[in-house]
Amino acid sequence: MWNLTTLGREVSGCGISGIIHRKGEPISGQMIIKSICCQYERGNGLGAGFAAYGIYPDFKDYYALHVMAQSKEALEKVEDFLQRRTFLTFQEPIPTRKVKTIHNPPLFKRYFVKPRVEGEESCGLFAEEEQMVQIVMEINEKIEGAYVISSGKNMGAFKGVGFPDEIAEFFRVDEYRAYIWTAHNRFPTNTPGWWGGAHPFTLLDWSIVHNGEISSYGTNRRYLELFGYKCTLLTDTEVVAYALDLLIRKLGLPLELACKAMAPPFWMEIDEMEEEERELYSALRILYGGAVLNGPFAILFAYNGGLVGLNDRVKLRPLVAASKGDLYFMGSEEAAIRSICPDPERVWAPKAGEPVIIEMEEGAIPNQKSYLKVRPKEVREDALRIRSIPLSLFTS
Amino acid sequence: MPLELEVSPYHYSQVNRILREAIEKGERELVLRGVNGHRYLLAGVSQSVRVEIYGTPGLDLGAFMRGPEIRVYGNVQDGAGNTMDEGKIIVHGMAGDVVGYAMRGGKIHIYGDVGYRVGIHMKAYMQKIPVIVIGGKAGDFLGEYMAGGVIILLGMNSNYPERPLAGLFLGTGMHGGAIYVRGKVKESQLGAGLKPYPLETEDEKILETHLKDYCEDFGLNLSDVLKEDFLKIIPYTHRPYGKLYAY
Repeated sequence: MWNLTTLGREVSGCGISGIIHRKGEPISGQMIIKSICCQYERGNGLGAGFAAYGIYPDFKDYYALHVMAQSKEALEKVEDFLQRRTFLTFQEPIPTRKVKTIHNPPLFKRYFVKPRVEGEESCGLFAEEEQMVQIVMEINEKIEGAYVISSGKNMGAFKGVGFPDEIAEFFRVDEYRAYIWTAHNRFPTNTPGWWGGAHPFTLLDWSIVHNGEISSYGTNRRYLELFGYKCTLLTDTEVVAYALDLLIRKLGLPLELACKAMAPPFWMEIDEMEEEERELYSALRILYGGAVLNGPFAILFAYNGGLVGLNDRVKLRPLVAASKGDLYFMGSEEAAIRSICPDPERVWAPKAGEPVIIEMEEGAIPNQKSYLKVRPKEVREDALRIRSIPLSLFTS
Repeated sequence: MPLELEVSPYHYSQVNRILREAIEKGERELVLRGVNGHRYLLAGVSQSVRVEIYGTPGLDLGAFMRGPEIRVYGNVQDGAGNTMDEGKIIVHGMAGDVVGYAMRGGKIHIYGDVGYRVGIHMKAYMQKIPVIVIGGKAGDFLGEYMAGGVIILLGMNSNYPERPLAGLFLGTGMHGGAIYVRGKVKESQLGAGLKPYPLETEDEKILETHLKDYCEDFGLNLSDVLKEDFLKIIPYTHRPYGKLYAY
């Protein structure tokens, strides 16, 4: 079914859309469908997908694994593996509808699990998440014909080959209600679209939708492999998901700096900065050079607690943001936002390389994460702390 | 009586077909309501029609057009006035990226801010001199590869108080035409081979002509606009890139 040897890296010009409610109130899937379908012409039917947060309140403390499989045998292998490596509390097929235009879809099943960490059921969040990352990487790499397409708590990704309305129909996206939604309409130009190559790309509760091309894919991939990430989905966007996980969750960079590591200021801009800022950005570029994303991109990424929009440093792909009350919107086109919010209080075009970060109010949702601040050192003992780097390193 | 159309239920290709047919039949005044993301509106139309648009028209508004005057009560998205040849686009809101891409004639008046790469590849020939007037601020690469025409950047009606008047790489690759800026830009923002110059009498005449027209479109006071000093940004040699590939 998937002849992966013919696939290479993907280059695309796509449509993206995202919504977040800052107080965590649920938003109907119909809204995100309408918004992404307003940008119908940005895709060509070779991929679409959605990420939804807050959709599994009954299993909110379990990692929801959305698994896509080529065959029953592959699913059985996944299940064997999960039995060994996780506490599996519930599983079911992901509900789908028949869609005329979608032929031979893969099998989709979801599993709600907690990782076994040295036989114990409870351990620290960091260790637990590390274990989950390992589990996801192992399934994707070692079980042929099966891929984990999302693995976060209380969230899930729904994606496949088709136009966004078809994929929404297939996965019954209209029936879900979520406090964060992202959506993607794909226009792959270099490779055939395949189900695993559709966006969003996810890891834990990170999800990314992307319009553009990560031309630094090779560099990023090699850099991420040093930290144990395996790129198996053959699409450039995958590296963004892992880069976020590495920089923010593992290395503990505050969100904004992580964005600046991926889309750093030009050296000519750094040269004009005040000394403290100049040191910071020099350090960022030197330390995290392998995470710099080159090429045109507009991405939206989300996690349990926030939605972020980010452009490449010279804004080679469009991104518009808007807000009304507690609702915040981002999309490739203003029209996509206005299709679901005709009268936003504020509409703006984010600057190149400057993230738009919308985090929820504290305590709005269960297992909420916030990455705005530098986290205390004990949370991440092995983290590289940018402020503790000796200044002598930066005398140039 | 202008022809009024509520276009929200229709796909852009249907709207464009309806517009073309109406114009073909002799309609010269049109009002479009409920516009949201409809692409290519008035693209390639060469009749002198007047069109009012309410909403947010989609990409490439008025691309390749040669004649229409479009007034948009709302914001325009990317690529408005792409390669337009004659006519006018008046935007009462703000504009996206690559507005006036490869524009070769006519005028674009924007009340507010514009995005990145506005006026990229603009060109002029004989009497055909395209003009873009931006009431707000501009993103990076304003007038990139500009070969002719006039861009006037006012920085007056901006939603972004925290941003500079113009972004980086202003006029990168520019080798013709002129960018007039109300206020100051740092020389480090300019593309290679460019310099800011004070205005000469000839420039003042050009500015006054275009700004008078601009102010009339938006009901602004010309003397307010002219209160501040302008700079003119042009290449300081005749062929700044003449030896780029021959050294």
